[in-house]
Amino acid sequence: MHVLYLIFVDPFMQMAHAPDLLVQTLWDGLVSGVLYALIALGFVLIFKASGVFNFAQGIMVVFAALTLVGLNEHGVPAYLALAITVVVMLVLAVAVERAILRPLVDQPEIILFMATFGLTYILIGMGELIFGGDPKVMISDQLRLPSGSYRINMLGGFVQLQKIDIAAAIIASIMVAGLGILFNRTRIGRALRAVADSHRAALSVGISLEQIWVIVWFAAGIVALATGIMWGARSNVSFALEIVALKALPVLILGGFTSIPGAIVGGLIIGVGEKLGEFYWGPLVGGGIESWFAYVIALVFLLFRPQGLFGERIIERL
Amino acid sequence: MFYREVGQFKTSYAADQALLPILQDRIGIAVILLVAFVVVPLTASNFALDSVLIPILVLSLAATGLNLLTGYTGLLSLGTGAFMGVGAFACYKLTTYFPNVNIVILVLCSGFFAAAIGTLFGLPSLRIKGFYLAVATLAAQFFLSWCFIRVPWLYNYNISASIEVPTKTMFGLAVTGPTASSITRYLIVLSIVTLLVLLAANLLRGRIGRTWMAVRDMDLAAELIGIKLYQTKLLAFAVSSFYCGVAGAMMVFFWLGNAESESFNINQSFLILFMVIIGGLGSLLGSFLGAALIWGLPIVLRAAPPYFGLHIRSATVDQSTFVILGVLIVFFLIVEPHGLARLWQIWKQKLRVWPFPY
Repeated sequence: MHVLYLIFVDPFMQMAHAPDLLVQTLWDGLVSGVLYALIALGFVLIFKASGVFNFAQGIMVVFAALTLVGLNEHGVPAYLALAITVVVMLVLAVAVERAILRPLVDQPEIILFMATFGLTYILIGMGELIFGGDPKVMISDQLRLPSGSYRINMLGGFVQLQKIDIAAAIIASIMVAGLGILFNRTRIGRALRAVADSHRAALSVGISLEQIWVIVWFAAGIVALATGIMWGARSNVSFALEIVALKALPVLILGGFTSIPGAIVGGLIIGVGEKLGEFYWGPLVGGGIESWFAYVIALVFLLFRPQGLFGERIIERL
Repeated sequence: MFYREVGQFKTSYAADQALLPILQDRIGIAVILLVAFVVVPLTASNFALDSVLIPILVLSLAATGLNLLTGYTGLLSLGTGAFMGVGAFACYKLTTYFPNVNIVILVLCSGFFAAAIGTLFGLPSLRIKGFYLAVATLAAQFFLSWCFIRVPWLYNYNISASIEVPTKTMFGLAVTGPTASSITRYLIVLSIVTLLVLLAANLLRGRIGRTWMAVRDMDLAAELIGIKLYQTKLLAFAVSSFYCGVAGAMMVFFWLGNAESESFNINQSFLILFMVIIGGLGSLLGSFLGAALIWGLPIVLRAAPPYFGLHIRSATVDQSTFVILGVLIVFFLIVEPHGLARLWQIWKQKLRVWPFPY
């Protein structure tokens, strides 16, 4: 009985007693949710257009942020470094298409998945070789990112909102809106959706697969760069993000592998759920449940909707 | 010319369906076993046994386990490391509760605990498949890793939060712990691996293996011809986890000597998956080739620069190893997406037709 009380009643009592803490926890959850959502967004872009489950998305984030900070360390002005990093991501997209996707076209999914593992290793090694493996500080000031925080008095306490988090949320929304327009309103977007539906049919009506792949990998690279800047501004730029990036996977399950809104909503749900779980239910089992709670949320969810929140309905035929 | 089945007639169904129907295969396996059991222990150095052969054998067994699940049943799993951990911790608990039982029996028994846990985490496979399932098994990976740290009962409440392997003897020889010689441990590992792989090979050519492969090729069609999907998939999870669990227990008891939760983290799972894919999905031989390649390559890369008289900082070597490993993974996938095992098949065909390739 007592256990049931601890699980089902006590956490909610705590929430009711200290609503300001609840709001703070929710906000923290939303903020980390934005990060997960951005990483998931990169996954979805590539999965939609090339059917590749891109494991390297997490390391692309690190690589982009490292390039930016590393260039700045060598005396390149911040905005020029940003421009160069964008070019580097474009070069990476072209290189990936040439060296990995083109020779492996029409192979089973798992082989392409494995190839992105190879890419992960290459990027980790190159990043460490060129820029060193130590954590670096993001150049937030040079990029004129806002710092400091708002303190809002509410509900008998106060809630602290970091300005950088608000900026991250705004940038994320702009990026999603931009991608939405790109996908739904432009010629390239139509080609992208055609490729997502069927490679061969798209080829037969004259869409260049190579070009489309470069575009989506480049778009994913830009998303990675934005993620890297936002995340680097909150903590350091280090290879630790690789593990955080795995959190994008339950987000994908929740949102569906092919849905951009799904990635965003899924990211926010996972972020909030994880923080609430850690804060209110974590102490019951000794804490640290953040590492797996997201997966459990996703798993429970999968049992009811195997295709995710917004994913396309899975229809199987013989 | 060297590898001809011509003239080898079978006069009964049993002979036709034997594990190794071709004489050359039987000779080849016999030679390999002879080398492994007799020549290697007589000649190999302790370094070769401890850091090359024992790890490769242990990892091959884990790769075989994952191959049964991913290669033969088509269920992608990223929880291998955790299932190995379950085996290791189960074996450790068993040695504390039954200190007088033979260690080999305990190692094999710990596989059953891993099988039980594996089956539990295999339950979602009934509803989902593909990458969705892979993420579901990641839940197992992270949850179990967390348990290995947060449940002190598992490591007998010792302060270092790690498994310390007690010394066990068999026929008067120390087989585990710091006093056990490399050769003894090598022979035990080799015997267990041989036994289990033989079992797997027999499982795969029988009814169970065939139902697995039917499910892999198309699960809907398999269901229509009367294969019970639930049982088949769960059995695959159970058997696969059994192999991984035994591999994990062997890893701690016969190879590392001590272990903490770090040894069974997500990277271990990925490493085993590399071995299976590089070696060849759906091939037992591939599990061994993949393990040998993925484990051997970094050792060779580390040993190569000093051999050529180059002195490079060890950090640089490690980082270049990453790059080279990544490039090689991509290279192997492009050259032969079906893994090293397919290369061997192609080579076998060449041996068959040589010297007249038409």
